[in-house]
Amino acid sequence: MSTHNSILPLRLEQVSYAVRGRTLIDAIDATFQAGQRTIILGPNGAGKSLLLRLCHGLLTPTKGRVVWGGPFAKEARMRQAMVFQRPVMLRRSAAANVDYALAIRGFSGKDRKARLAEALRNTGLSELANQPARVLSGGEQQRLALARAWALEPEVLFLDEPTANLDPAASRSVERIIGAIDASGTKIIMTTHDLGQARRLADEILFLHGGRLVERSPAEAFFAKPRTDTADAFMRGELYW
Amino acid sequence: MDPHAIAMVANAFGEALRLLTSFDAELIGIVGLSLQVSLGALLIAALIGLPFGAALALYEFPGRRSITVLLNALMGLPPVVVGLFVYLVLSRAGPLGFMELLFTPTAMVIAQTILITPIVAALTRQLTEDLWREYGEQLRSLGSGAGRAIPTLLWDGRYALVTVLLAGLGRAMAEVGAVMIVGGNIAGFTRVMTTSIALETSKGNLSLALGLGIVLMLLALLVNAAAHLVRETAARQLG
Repeated sequence: MSTHNSILPLRLEQVSYAVRGRTLIDAIDATFQAGQRTIILGPNGAGKSLLLRLCHGLLTPTKGRVVWGGPFAKEARMRQAMVFQRPVMLRRSAAANVDYALAIRGFSGKDRKARLAEALRNTGLSELANQPARVLSGGEQQRLALARAWALEPEVLFLDEPTANLDPAASRSVERIIGAIDASGTKIIMTTHDLGQARRLADEILFLHGGRLVERSPAEAFFAKPRTDTADAFMRGELYW
Repeated sequence: MDPHAIAMVANAFGEALRLLTSFDAELIGIVGLSLQVSLGALLIAALIGLPFGAALALYEFPGRRSITVLLNALMGLPPVVVGLFVYLVLSRAGPLGFMELLFTPTAMVIAQTILITPIVAALTRQLTEDLWREYGEQLRSLGSGAGRAIPTLLWDGRYALVTVLLAGLGRAMAEVGAVMIVGGNIAGFTRVMTTSIALETSKGNLSLALGLGIVLMLLALLVNAAAHLVRETAARQLG
């Protein structure tokens, strides 16, 4: 994807999110550029999912701003997509679920048909196209969620612990699809608490703890030796609170 | 119970079965009008109540809670009060008196529509709210606002909504107060199952009353069995 018609970079300026006086995300500054696969890593309750929802616009920060800085920022809403931990499927066929997303984003005619077929093929779901989406297995549903997002060819794809509920085989196939979406030019921003997965997928790591951005490092450097004690403790499985 | 009374009831049952099995013209006319009026009311109640209920669940605006409370309260509208209200509006001296609708099947449809629209709307609101809790983030992520989500959620809740509509239909078919007041129970014109059961019972004509009672019960059973089947099948096939 060329940069001159981009919605990126995505800038977080002192973004905080509080519920009933409890600060869950605390003054995060960060900029996301095109290209690199960004993994947001951290223990349960660190605020990873919240941060992703703030970036995606599902939540509004109680302080600070989320700004799309690219020349096409106005189209940001329609040029990003999100895959959730628990896929939400409509009570219709697998294909119809992807088609629904395409319809909402305003695709029509041949283009829509082609995108639908390609997304199902790319995620290995062509055979299951006419099955009701909700009776598919967990792994199949998550692949369908990826197909639905991929069909839209978003410039940025947010993924919230997409493999947290899946077995290792299903996780691997989801990771493979994420790799392919990345290769097709979509910026990946994903949360995980799975170190192995972070190693396999990350170009850069944002380490979150207690609602704070503790450390941001290139993946290689992070896994060699985190700069902060907190991240180091997390890596050794000794981060208890 | 004295033997005379037992004989009377048995006799009435026999006569009722005879009326049913011989497809008695009067009985069929009464059942037909009942269905026509109540299904008519249900159609209008659905056209209003489904989108209104869904919109109430999805749009946030000041006063939404008060409307919800009011709507829930209206589910328990007493039929005779609705009948009286419609009577006043449609009577010769009333604001819509010039339309000369009082004591017509149309007046009965209007009364039953008023009676069951709140039921359809309130139950739809609840159902849609539950669905939105589940789908809301995903639909918003895709770029769907509340307006676009209304048809989506109604369609996704279609099997549960069948039950909602049947609750409305059941209420309409079973009520007697409203249609009695605005229809007048005119033989062959505005006489429906419930009003004739009331009339025939008071006249001592138990056989026709019982025959109609049996049909009413069978219809209720049939409709509910069908609804149950629809839901079961849907749950199995669509998850």
